[in-house]
Amino acid sequence: MNPEDLYQEIILDHYRAKHHSGLREPYEAEVHHVNPSCGDEVTLRVHVDGDTVTDVSYEGMGCSISQASTSVMSDLVIGRSVHDGLELHAEFLAMMQSRGAVDADALEDRLEDGIAFAGVAKFPARVKCALLGWSAFKDAALRTGATSATQP
Amino acid sequence: MTASARYSAAAPLSGGAQYPEPIEPTELDGADSLHAVDEPIPFDVDAIRADFPILERTAGDRPLVYLDSANTSQKPRCVVEAIEDHYLSHNANVARAMHLLGAEATEAFESSRAVLAEFVGAASSDELVFTKNASEALNLCAYTLGAGLRPGDEIVVSVMEHHSNIVPWQLLAERTGATLRWFDVTEDGRLDLAGGLAAGLLNERTRVVSVTAVSNVLGTVNPVAEIAAAAHAYGATVVVDASQAVPQMPVDVQALGADLVAFTGHKMVGPTGIGVLWGRYDLLAALPPFLGGGEMIETVKMTGSTFAPPPHRFEAGTPPIAQAVGLAAAARYLTAIGMDQVAAHEQAITAYALQGLATVPGLRVLGPAEPVDRGGAISFTLVAADGSQIHPHDVSQLLDGRGIAVRGGHHCARPLHERFGVQSSTRASSYLYTTEAEIDALVDALGYTVSFFSRPARPVGRRPPR
Repeated sequence: MNPEDLYQEIILDHYRAKHHSGLREPYEAEVHHVNPSCGDEVTLRVHVDGDTVTDVSYEGMGCSISQASTSVMSDLVIGRSVHDGLELHAEFLAMMQSRGAVDADALEDRLEDGIAFAGVAKFPARVKCALLGWSAFKDAALRTGATSATQP
Repeated sequence: MTASARYSAAAPLSGGAQYPEPIEPTELDGADSLHAVDEPIPFDVDAIRADFPILERTAGDRPLVYLDSANTSQKPRCVVEAIEDHYLSHNANVARAMHLLGAEATEAFESSRAVLAEFVGAASSDELVFTKNASEALNLCAYTLGAGLRPGDEIVVSVMEHHSNIVPWQLLAERTGATLRWFDVTEDGRLDLAGGLAAGLLNERTRVVSVTAVSNVLGTVNPVAEIAAAAHAYGATVVVDASQAVPQMPVDVQALGADLVAFTGHKMVGPTGIGVLWGRYDLLAALPPFLGGGEMIETVKMTGSTFAPPPHRFEAGTPPIAQAVGLAAAARYLTAIGMDQVAAHEQAITAYALQGLATVPGLRVLGPAEPVDRGGAISFTLVAADGSQIHPHDVSQLLDGRGIAVRGGHHCARPLHERFGVQSSTRASSYLYTTEAEIDALVDALGYTVSFFSRPARPVGRRPPR
C-alpha cells in the first residue's frame, strides 16, 4: 500500500483546517495525553451539559494523522450523549485494530469522515497516532462524571 | 577514605580466584589479530556495498535507501559469518567450562577484548569492559562513580546528550542529592564551552563531566580533549559517550583525555547486544561493582563477598560472547578499510548531503550547516508552502513509500529539540556504504514531500465546525 493511499485528501484537509481546535472555557475535564515514542501530545477539554457533550476543545502537536483524527473526533462527538461518544470511540478503536480487515463503507453512517483512517490501520506504527485524540476524549469524558458515561 | 578505596587494585586477592589470563593485542597473531585481513580493502563504495547483502534489497520496484545508520548500522557478511562460526563450531560458556569448547570460547571472548582494545587505542585489554550496550556502560559509570557523591557535588552534562547520557545522571542526582548542570549549545549547534566556562559551570564542586563526542542529532563533533582538560583542572572525572564517534572516525581513547569512554557495537557494523566501556585501569580498579552475579566475584560467602579485578568485576553473568566475536570481526573489517578512509567518506558524503538538502524549499538543518567538525547525522525540519511544519512522521512515511529509511522523532534527545524550539525532527544518517545516488534520492523525495503537503485545504466534514 502506498503512503499516498494512507493520506486520503479528507485527512489532509482536516489536518490543514482543524475543526474545534483551541482550548475553550467552560469545561468539566481536561487531560494531557502523550505518545512517548514520537513525542506527539494533546491537551483536550470536554464540556458537558447534563449527559450531552456540548464542546470538545484541544491543543495538540503532532503528525497529520493524529491532528486530523482529533479534528474528526471532535466533529463526531460534539452534540452527542457522552455514552454515544464513548461508543463511537469503541467503534473507531475496533476499526483501527482491524489491520484493515473491515468494510469501512459499512461504518460510514456512524464514523463519517473517520472511515478515512481505515487505511491507517494497515500501518501498525501509525495506529497510535490516529488514536491519540480519541483516547484523550475517552479519558476526559469519563472524568466529567456525566452520568451516561458509566451507564451501559 | 572513600567508599571506593575498598576496591583498590592494590588490595591482594585473598581467594586465589582464577580469571581468564588477559590476552594483550600484542599476543594476537594471524586470524585473531585486529590486522588479520592481510590486504587492505580499497575504499570503493560499490565494492563495500557488496559486503552488505541487505543493501541489495528493494522496496517495491525501488532500491532500498538506508539512511538510518546513526540508529543502527547494517552488517557485513564477515561479521555475520564470524558469529555463525562461533555458534556452530566453538560455542560454550566462558571462564568456567574446563573443556575444549570452553577453552575455545574463552579464548575467542578474551581475544575479542584485545582486538577492541587495540581498535580504540587502550593501554591494556584489562581496560575494556563488555556491557550489553552503550546505555548500560553509561549507567555503569553513573552508578559506580555515584558511590562517592554527596549533596552539593555537581554533575555536568550537555543539552545535546542522548537520553542515555542524561537520565542515569538524573537518577544519580536524585539518589545522592548532587546537582545536575549542563552545557548549552550555540544557535549553530556547537557545544557552548566558552559560555559554560564563563558562567562557572565547571568549578571545585564538579565531580563528574559526561558529554558526547559526536551528537546523534546535530552531528556536532565536540572538543572532548579541551572539555576533559578543563574538567580535570577541578579534579572531576570525565565520561565520554562515543557511540556516534567510534563508528565514524579513528578514536584513540587515550588521546581523548577522558577517564571513561562508552560506545556500542551495533552502530559500528557489529551485532546488537554488546557495548563497550573503556576506563583508565587505576580508575576502574577503584570503582565498586555495578551488577552482582557470577563471574564478577572473587569469593562469595553468605556473610559477604569479594570481587574480581577489572574488567571482570563489571561483567556479571554470562557475557555477550558471540557478540564479542562479531564485534571483533567488525573492528577487523573497519581496520582493513581504514578508519581514516571511513571518516573521509563520511565527510564527503555529509558535505554532499548538506549541499543537496540546502536546495529543498522549507528545510532547516539543526546543527552545523558546514561539514566542519561534523559527523554524518543530519537532522532537519520541513515546512509546507503555507509555513506549517510537516511532521517528521509524515515525512518519514512518505520517504518510506519510496524505499528511503530515515528516522523521525526526537531521537532520544528531547531536551535538545526543546532547546531549538521544535518538537521533533527528521534525521538522515549515512555510513561507509552510502552513495551519492542515495542522497539524490533523499533530496528528490523531500521535494516531493513538501509539494504533497503543500496542496491547499478544501472544506471537509459533513457537519460544519461550530
